[in-house]
Amino acid sequence: MKFAIQVNEGPYNHEASVSALNFVRAAVDAGHEIFRVFFYHDGVNNGTRYTTPPQDDINIVNAWSELAEKHSMDLVVCVAAAQRRGIVDEGEQERNGKDGNNIAAGFRISGLGQLIEAGIQSERLVVFGD
Amino acid sequence: MSTLHTVNKSPFDRSSLETCLRLAGKGNAVLLLEDGVYGAMRGSNASGMVETALSDVSIYVLGSDMKARGVDVDKIIDGIKVVDYKGFVDLTVEHDKVNAWL
Amino acid sequence: MSDIKKFMYVNRTAPYGTIYAWESLEVVLIGAAFEQDVSVAFVDDGVYQLLKGQDTSELGIKNFSPTYAALGDYDVNKLYVEKESLEARGLTIDDLMALKYEDEDDDWAEKDSIHVVPAAELADILEQQEVVFSF
Repeated sequence: MKFAIQVNEGPYNHEASVSALNFVRAAVDAGHEIFRVFFYHDGVNNGTRYTTPPQDDINIVNAWSELAEKHSMDLVVCVAAAQRRGIVDEGEQERNGKDGNNIAAGFRISGLGQLIEAGIQSERLVVFGD
Repeated sequence: MSTLHTVNKSPFDRSSLETCLRLAGKGNAVLLLEDGVYGAMRGSNASGMVETALSDVSIYVLGSDMKARGVDVDKIIDGIKVVDYKGFVDLTVEHDKVNAWL
Repeated sequence: MSDIKKFMYVNRTAPYGTIYAWESLEVVLIGAAFEQDVSVAFVDDGVYQLLKGQDTSELGIKNFSPTYAALGDYDVNKLYVEKESLEARGLTIDDLMALKYEDEDDDWAEKDSIHVVPAAELADILEQQEVVFSF
């Protein structure tokens, strides 16, 4: 079955990102397809490679990047929410004249239409948030 | 259409569980996860509401979130089923859609 | 699978205290371009999003409440307010913005977008949906 996942909260403030990660892993293990994971609200903070948690803490950003690489998973950070919160890729860096970018491996920044499309294309939408 | 509802808030913090149970259709399923697992515990001020709801909906609770919080399976209201993440995924497949009461 | 899906956006948070209400409205507006069968529910503190007379000028932040009035132009005209949530907050429909749309199937007659529905009816409406977005 084809799933879309929406993550509304940042990785270290709320359990939502961990719940989403565990759900996605279990779904993949059960042979399901993840059409897209869409990061919205503070969820966009899942997509910054500058995240540096202590050694004994889980690195949630890397966990997403690994999933993306292993399963060619589409991880999309909402552009409007990202701009508000300072999540930038190369394209956004150029467009907005920023002095750097911070998007993590495996993530891409795109519009809200990607969430709507995920809702249309997938058989199930599962939302994790506050 | 059958719906899986998810509730991730303690019933003592927010009205998510109460609202979910008010708006869930007969025969729907409810999964308690994250802080929502506290709503599965016996003998609280919220358990009456949950026990009543069990005649109309199936209620599940996510074992990993219980374990993390020290909520023992012995403390769970009779009739609530404990599932793991695989069970969570299965529930989303068995129902036509998921409604998250954030 | 049909081309048009029944989309429901569920709003349960008040405006301004957190960003959920505003960013949810942004999704509804973008989603309108995809021409799905859209409904929006306002439950619990979500009903406060529709209160009349919102004025953020002293806060110095954006007042997004006028945007709800534009929903009708985007064919988003099924706004369901749960009666129980409204009453629990001491409110009636008169406390809410009068949101209208023009019904193209009825000679562009102006109609109310907001429907106050009891929980049992909203439960039925939720049952009929295919995709539920929560914020």
